[in-house]
Amino acid sequence: MPDTSKRRSKLSDSQAAVSPHEGLHNPGLLHHFATEEQQKDASNLGMWIFLATEVMFFGGLFCAYLIYRGWYFGDFAAASKSIDAALGGTNTAVLICSSLTVVLAIWAAQTSRRALLILMLVLTMLFGLAFLGIKGIEYRDKFVEHHVPGSSFNFEHEEVPGHPGQYANPRHAQIFFALYFVMTGLHALHMIVGLGIFSWLLYKAWKGAFTPRYHTPLEIGGLYWHFVDIVWIYLFPLLYLIDRHP
Amino acid sequence: MSDHSKSSPLVTYFSVWIALLVGTFLTYEVAKIDLGVFNSAVALIIATTKALLVALFFMHLKGASEKLLKLVVISTIFFLFILMALAMADYGTRYWS
Repeated sequence: MPDTSKRRSKLSDSQAAVSPHEGLHNPGLLHHFATEEQQKDASNLGMWIFLATEVMFFGGLFCAYLIYRGWYFGDFAAASKSIDAALGGTNTAVLICSSLTVVLAIWAAQTSRRALLILMLVLTMLFGLAFLGIKGIEYRDKFVEHHVPGSSFNFEHEEVPGHPGQYANPRHAQIFFALYFVMTGLHALHMIVGLGIFSWLLYKAWKGAFTPRYHTPLEIGGLYWHFVDIVWIYLFPLLYLIDRHP
Repeated sequence: MSDHSKSSPLVTYFSVWIALLVGTFLTYEVAKIDLGVFNSAVALIIATTKALLVALFFMHLKGASEKLLKLVVISTIFFLFILMALAMADYGTRYWS
């Protein structure tokens, strides 16, 4: 074990400096933490607090969605029916698979399987890219159909499901599509940020930075990835499956 | 996380993965059946079950020992509840009388 005591100020009287585990610890242990366990818990807690702010951030959008859906249910159902639910379902499965590869990557780090760790990180990123690709196809369809809110928006003569002969109000349908683009767009932005985080994790893993004792960045990055997955788990039924039955 | 057996977390991970895929398929198929007002309820119950599976097993909330972490998670859900409940109490009752 390398001697890391030189990294600390000689004047330091922090708990870490007088830790009984002195000399045994990982060089990754920062001087203001007493133990590796405490350092890991602190990182985890910080990530969870960030995720709490993210829940409130997406929560506001879900709240807006619920209010308008309650007011304009028929129009929302008609608009929802125009999105390809099969693509949305496929994307849900893709994200679930990526969440599995994330936990497998952490497991690989815990059991010193470097090749498996790298493979799982690459797979996670490929699933993430596949998700964004499918999302792109979906967005393209919406542009072609003029379902993007704005001056060229067109949603005339679209029947309200379950009400033959009754057409959806295009103004109300436009609110659905605005929410659809903002919510899935922000979710996609989170995916892009996640891909950035995982590129960095892949680089670190390639360099051999993660060991069974120290792999906190993998766990923290994983928490973020799983959170983005959970957001999608709610977005899928709420946006794609409002009123699908014939 | 348990360190006693090396294979047990893998069994958990793959079981949760399969459960999540089944849940996705289920929510997609149930949406095609007319359940009236219960369509939304069923969709939300399945989504919440899936979210719980991810949080408990993939994000390792199950077995988390730190009380501070539990406090953060519970207060997150609590504040989300306040946001939703107060907004719905307003918009849901505006046209009464």
